Amino acid sequence: MIEQVAQMARRSILQTLRQPALVIPPILFPLMLMAVNVGGLDAATNLPGFPADTYLDFAIAVPFLQGSLFAMINAGSSLARDVETGFIRRLAMTPMQRAALLVGNLSGVLVVALGSSLIYLGVGFAAGMDFPAGVLGVPALLALAMLIVLGFASLGAFVGLRSGSGEAVQGFFPLFFVALFLSSMSLPRNLIEQDWFRTIATYNPVSYLIEGIRSFIVYGWDGEALALGFGFATLLAAVGVTGAALALRTRLVRT
Amino acid sequence: MDQASNGIEVEGLVREFKGGIRAVDGIDLEVRPGEIHAFLGPNGAGKSTTVLILTTLLPPTAGTARVAGFDIVREGAKVRGSIGAALQEAALDPLLTGREHMRLQTALQGVPKADRRRRGDELLERVGLMDAADRKVRGYSGGMKRRLDLALALVHGPRILFLDEPTTGLDPQSRADMWDEVARLARDDGVTVFLTTQYLEEADVLAERIAIIDHGHIVARGTPESLKAEIGRPTLEVTPANPVERDAVENVVARFGTPVTASPGVAAVRLRGGAEELAGIVRALDAEGLAMCDFQLHAPTLDDVFLAKTGRKLTEEDEQVGEAPEEEEAVAA
Repeated sequence: MIEQVAQMARRSILQTLRQPALVIPPILFPLMLMAVNVGGLDAATNLPGFPADTYLDFAIAVPFLQGSLFAMINAGSSLARDVETGFIRRLAMTPMQRAALLVGNLSGVLVVALGSSLIYLGVGFAAGMDFPAGVLGVPALLALAMLIVLGFASLGAFVGLRSGSGEAVQGFFPLFFVALFLSSMSLPRNLIEQDWFRTIATYNPVSYLIEGIRSFIVYGWDGEALALGFGFATLLAAVGVTGAALALRTRLVRT
Repeated sequence: MDQASNGIEVEGLVREFKGGIRAVDGIDLEVRPGEIHAFLGPNGAGKSTTVLILTTLLPPTAGTARVAGFDIVREGAKVRGSIGAALQEAALDPLLTGREHMRLQTALQGVPKADRRRRGDELLERVGLMDAADRKVRGYSGGMKRRLDLALALVHGPRILFLDEPTTGLDPQSRADMWDEVARLARDDGVTVFLTTQYLEEADVLAERIAIIDHGHIVARGTPESLKAEIGRPTLEVTPANPVERDAVENVVARFGTPVTASPGVAAVRLRGGAEELAGIVRALDAEGLAMCDFQLHAPTLDDVFLAKTGRKLTEEDEQVGEAPEEEEAVAA
């Protein structure tokens, strides 16, 4: 099983690295969007109650979420392509365990996403980001980021396996992008003036994922933010992995 | 495992899809160990569905089948361990190279780590892809993809090989290369080959025995020769040296069989007997003083067999249903 997972993960990494469109945008776009926001919204730090000294500290959490959305596309598109090309049937003909396909694919996506996350962190540190959580906070932040990636990637895998269509996976992306914007991405929830927006952001689980990552950078170790962040990320991953496993069971039929 | 278990036995196999569509409707089959068995039929006849069932990728609705001595429903893993398959579309990852495909397939098939590279290279060499081994598959031609697909099906040394329309869409040279390799596998390695095709020539050239399937039913089976002999009487076409003597020539040859439609200026007759009547026909024409410039004897073809068994020509059917949904879509439904 480990050998099978390793082979499938290797394939997933190769697939991603050989498509520049799947490597460069997940790194560049979130950082560019962050740079624009940091440049344009820095005055927000003057608002009474704003939790960070610089907007960079506040906004650096967002690229991690955007990167996980790109991971969702990568995971889903890859599995949809396997269905479309019939490659999944080739795999079904081998003694490979069904789970190895999914675990291998998600492992490969996680490795690539980890690389992106390290770049986001590196850029943040290079730009003068505070990090009150200290050295131990780095692996903890990365652990939360990878759990979020696992959640979104497994949702992408679910859609890819269920639909067998790369287009369907791509169509899924805007839905989550909207969810990202309707969260506490740009402002703390308590400083959002519009009631409807604050209400949506409060009920939007994406807010708690962002706030979990943000807490390492803004507060250090914030138990409540981390509990909510890890909690929602675990729930998302559990739902995504279960859905993807069920979709794989339906798709990869063999007697 | 002895040689006798390298065959396929199918009894009353049925596969029904949503809406009550029976893609496979109670077929019986016996494929003997070491033979090349062709499964001939037009698009949508049930060929691919049968292959999916026999390769354990689709459970049957009813009936039983044993492949390599194992029950396809109860012993799926053992069946898969004994067979190789190249399904209808070459199922390859466009982003991987040929060598990477071999590496992945040998690993997943459990080939010992130390042997993987050698086994992969050996098969790439055999199918003539060593020069392209490190190129990504998306740059391969259709023939190269088919050959890689075949090589991947062979990594674990299967005793039975399923080839689902292996030459569809290939140019004549690639098709001939594929035929050579399939024939070699059966002849030299003793691999049993179950081959589906819609090409009459392919079945005729390669197969020791043929089963013809139409609308989910097997309508004929036997060796190519026996099938042709069963329905077939040869047709003789005679072209007189002087075109005005065409009717006179037809009157003479009509004594030996039934006149059939022919090109202008040509007299044609389906002979009552076989080629042994030719000498008598030549003597009769000579006795009437009729000179000939061409004299052709046409043996019956598998298309004639299909026509006799189904009432239509396979080639016409293929053209008519060429745009019909693939069986793959029926499976997904």
